Amino acid sequence: MFAVRAGLQKFNISHNFEIQSIIQLYAQWVREGKLKVNSDWNKDLKVKFTVQDPCQLVRKTFGDPVAEDLRYVVKSVVGEENFIDMVPNRSNNYCCGGGGGFLQAGMPEERRKYGEMKANQILNTGAAYCITPCHNCHAQVHDLSEIRHHPWQTTHLWTLIALSLGVLGEAEREYLGEDLKNVAMYGA
Amino acid sequence: MGEPAIKLGGKRKSVFMDKVKELLPEGGNLDLCLTCGACSSGCPATGIGGMDARKFLRMAALGMDEELLKSDWAWHCTMCMRCIYVCPMKINIPQLVFNVRGSRPREDRPKGILGSCDMALRNDTCSAMGATEEDFQFVVEDVLEEYREAQPEFKDMQAPVNKQGAYYFLNQNSREPVTEPDEMVPLWKILHLVGADWTYGTKGWAAENYCMFMADNEAWKHIVEVKAKAVDDLGCKVWLNTE
Repeated sequence: MFAVRAGLQKFNISHNFEIQSIIQLYAQWVREGKLKVNSDWNKDLKVKFTVQDPCQLVRKTFGDPVAEDLRYVVKSVVGEENFIDMVPNRSNNYCCGGGGGFLQAGMPEERRKYGEMKANQILNTGAAYCITPCHNCHAQVHDLSEIRHHPWQTTHLWTLIALSLGVLGEAEREYLGEDLKNVAMYGA
Repeated sequence: MGEPAIKLGGKRKSVFMDKVKELLPEGGNLDLCLTCGACSSGCPATGIGGMDARKFLRMAALGMDEELLKSDWAWHCTMCMRCIYVCPMKINIPQLVFNVRGSRPREDRPKGILGSCDMALRNDTCSAMGATEEDFQFVVEDVLEEYREAQPEFKDMQAPVNKQGAYYFLNQNSREPVTEPDEMVPLWKILHLVGADWTYGTKGWAAENYCMFMADNEAWKHIVEVKAKAVDDLGCKVWLNTE
């Protein structure tokens, strides 16, 4: 998203559309009652979640308001008491090390060194899941977990929204841990 | 003990930073550094290869162009912009990094990034994984059909491709259609349940853009032009990012 927004500006490319992140729409749809999420599925389970602020979405584009949207959606979906923020957060959060092309740069050792800060932030929350609403973040945070033998799971936000709506099927649970493989199963 | 201090020569060796300053509004404030170190202290790339953001900027200011351009640190920095966010003088270190990346001969930039950028230039899909317009449409329609049949509540679910006049033009990272198509489904379900008026486009659907990371301005511009045209050709009001 940053590449398009910044590119349109930098190269002065004429266009007739606006740019939005679906995170903003998720929040809008939850507020309007169109997206009927709830966190009842996690009331007794009490699975803990944290969230990564994607740099390109938060610091580099929409700032803290979209970080608030993100938290509003996450809390609606997993339950406010089951959300633990990492520190620092929002516009002050650290890059995970998956951005800037690092994942494709052929420098895994340096990339993982960079990611130590993020791994420690996540571990310090004690959360079982890190929600990563960005592809680069997802790949990097997943890799950081894998090389530590999976102390946390790494999931997309859409997975948890669909789970909380009761519409998440079996084949759509690739990134859920054993604890959530069968929870609120669609069609069950 | 650390390495011996670098002794500075009498004259500045060259002027890379001056060139970058000419490109940036307010010269990127590149010569306003107070050497406070706020940039480096909150940067995950600090220490990688013995480098950090403050050192990188000081080397530029001191005209140590050769060392600066030779260093791989411009590729260890992700240009996440946390340094400029916390900098009291709003020094544009990320743009300095971008221009260091761009000053390396194209063929010598990291192969993976180069390959992903070049792949995206092959098709109007802009897919860094090389997925064609036909590949994408086939996967979307195939997966949609499968889920409509298997999950009765979603028998009317849509995943429109090239729907003229749709409100939202949705992009998609290549990873999903190419390697894990089931991951597109939760997103479609959400859009279905809220009744969103959306479409994919066979052109310009791929969300990623490695040409920017490559600091290849011409290629980056091309990719953005293709994407912008794809959205405008379908008359969509909003270019909607999945992230």
